[in-house]
Amino acid sequence: MRWLSKLFEFVGKVGLFSLRVLVDSLRPPFEFAQLSRQLAEVGNRSLTLIVVSGFALGAVMTLHTRSTLVMFGATAMIPAVQSVGFFVEIGPLVAGLLLAGRVGSGIGAVLANMRASEQIDAIESLSIDSFKFLVVPRVLACVIALPLLTLSMDFAGLLGGFLSEVLTSHIAPALYLNRAFVYLQWSNFIAPTLKTAVFGFIIGCVSSYFGYTTDKGAQGVGQAATNSVVLSSLLIIVADVLLIKCIFFLFPDTAI
Amino acid sequence: MSETHSIAVEFKRVMKSFGTKRVLNDVSFQIGQGQALCLLGRSGTGKSVTLKLIMALMRPDSGEVWVDQDNVVGMGEHRLSLVRKKLGYLFQDAALFDSLTLYENLALPLSRLTKKSKDEIDDVIHRVLTDVGLEGDGAKYPSALSGGMRKRAGLARALVLEPKILLADEPSSGLDRITAAEIDELLMRCKTERGTALIVVTHDVHGARRVADQVAVLDKGNLVAFGSVGEVSQSENDVARRLITE
Repeated sequence: MRWLSKLFEFVGKVGLFSLRVLVDSLRPPFEFAQLSRQLAEVGNRSLTLIVVSGFALGAVMTLHTRSTLVMFGATAMIPAVQSVGFFVEIGPLVAGLLLAGRVGSGIGAVLANMRASEQIDAIESLSIDSFKFLVVPRVLACVIALPLLTLSMDFAGLLGGFLSEVLTSHIAPALYLNRAFVYLQWSNFIAPTLKTAVFGFIIGCVSSYFGYTTDKGAQGVGQAATNSVVLSSLLIIVADVLLIKCIFFLFPDTAI
Repeated sequence: MSETHSIAVEFKRVMKSFGTKRVLNDVSFQIGQGQALCLLGRSGTGKSVTLKLIMALMRPDSGEVWVDQDNVVGMGEHRLSLVRKKLGYLFQDAALFDSLTLYENLALPLSRLTKKSKDEIDDVIHRVLTDVGLEGDGAKYPSALSGGMRKRAGLARALVLEPKILLADEPSSGLDRITAAEIDELLMRCKTERGTALIVVTHDVHGARRVADQVAVLDKGNLVAFGSVGEVSQSENDVARRLITE
C-alpha cells in the first residue's frame, strides 16, 4: 500500500505542476523572448530528425504494405493506406515519441543541471519568477512545435512512400497524389494533428517536472533525463488511446 | 510586520532542519547597514543555509528573518521580489546562466528590474566588468571562463543592481591570494563607498580579518561566537578561537 500512496502523491505533484503551467501561461508578464528561444530549440533543432525519420518510415511502410496488398490484388490502395496511416496515427505518435526522446531528455537534463548548479536559485535571487521564466516557455514551445513537426513528418512520410512506390511501380505523381488523398477527410487530418499539442504538453510538463524539482545534485541530472523520456513516452501512448476515443466521439465519421 | 528595525539583517531564534539533521539551532544575530559580517565555521555547519534564508530561497522551520525592516518568513512572492531587489547574491560556484554570455548575464537583471536604456545598461555593465577585472570578456560564455573569472563574473552580477545588502558565499574560494585580496578590496569599496551591508561566508581568515566588522562562528548549527575579530579571538569557545587565530 505504501507504493500506492507514493504513486498517488507523485501523480498529485505532477498534476499540480501541470496546473501551475496552465495558470502561469495565462498570467503576465509573458516571456516571449524565452518562448522564441525555446521554439528554436524544440522546433528548428528537431526538424531534421523528424523529417528524416518520417521519410524513412514512409518508404519502409510502403514496402511492407505493398508486399501484403499484392496478395489481395489491391496495390492501388497503397497511396491511400500510406496517407491515412500517416496522418491519422503514425505521424502524430512517432513525432511525439521522437520529441519525447530528443526534447524531453534535454529539458529534464538542462533544468536539473540548472537546479544542481544553483542557477534556478540565482534567477529567484534576481526577483525573476523562475517557473515562468524557465518552465512555461519550454512547455508552450512543445505545445506549439509538436503539431508543426507532426505535419512535417506526415509530408516527409508521404514523400518517402511516394519515392518508394515510384521506384517499384513507376506510378505517375499525379495519380499517386490523387489516390493518396481520395479517402482523407479534414477530420482525419486536423484532429489527429491537433492532438499532438496534448502530447507536447505532456512532454513539456513531465520533463520540466523532473528537471525543475530534482534535489539530487549532479546525479539528478541523468535521472531527470531518463525519467523524462520514459514517463513522457508512456503517457503519450496512454493519452493517445484516450484521445482517439475522444476524436471518435467528436467525429463519428472517422470511427469507421 | 510594522515593527521598525534600523538594521540590515536580523535573525531571531531561527531553526532549520533537513530531515533529522538540525542545521541551524536557535540562531539570533543582527548586522547594521553599512557593516560587514563574516560567517565562519567548519563545512556543513549552516553558513550557506543562513544566506539562503536571508534571500528567502529557503524557509526556516521557526523564527524570524528580517531584511531591511521586512520579515521575509511567510512573505508572498510579490513582496518577496521587492525585498530581493535590495539584495545581491554571489553564489558559491557563481551560478552564471550557461546559455547566456557574460554580458547577457549582467544585462538580464538590469533590463528586467530597471528602466535603464540600452546605452545606460551598456555603461553599467562596462563599469562593473572593469571593477572586477573582466573588461573585454563580456561576449564570452561562462564555460569559457576560468574558475576565478567565473567567481568575479558572479560578483559582477551580484553588484550590477547596486544592492543595499550583498551576500557572498565563499567569494575567495579557488582564487589565488592576490585575486582574493582584490575581491576583498572590491567588497570593502562597496561597503565604504555605497554603504552596502556585507554578509560573507568564508573559510579565509585573512579575508575575514580584512573585511569584517563583525564575525559570527557557527558550529553544529549553533552560533558559538559573535563579535569583532578581537572579541572572537578571545572567545571561550575553542572552535571559534581556533578558527580565527590558526
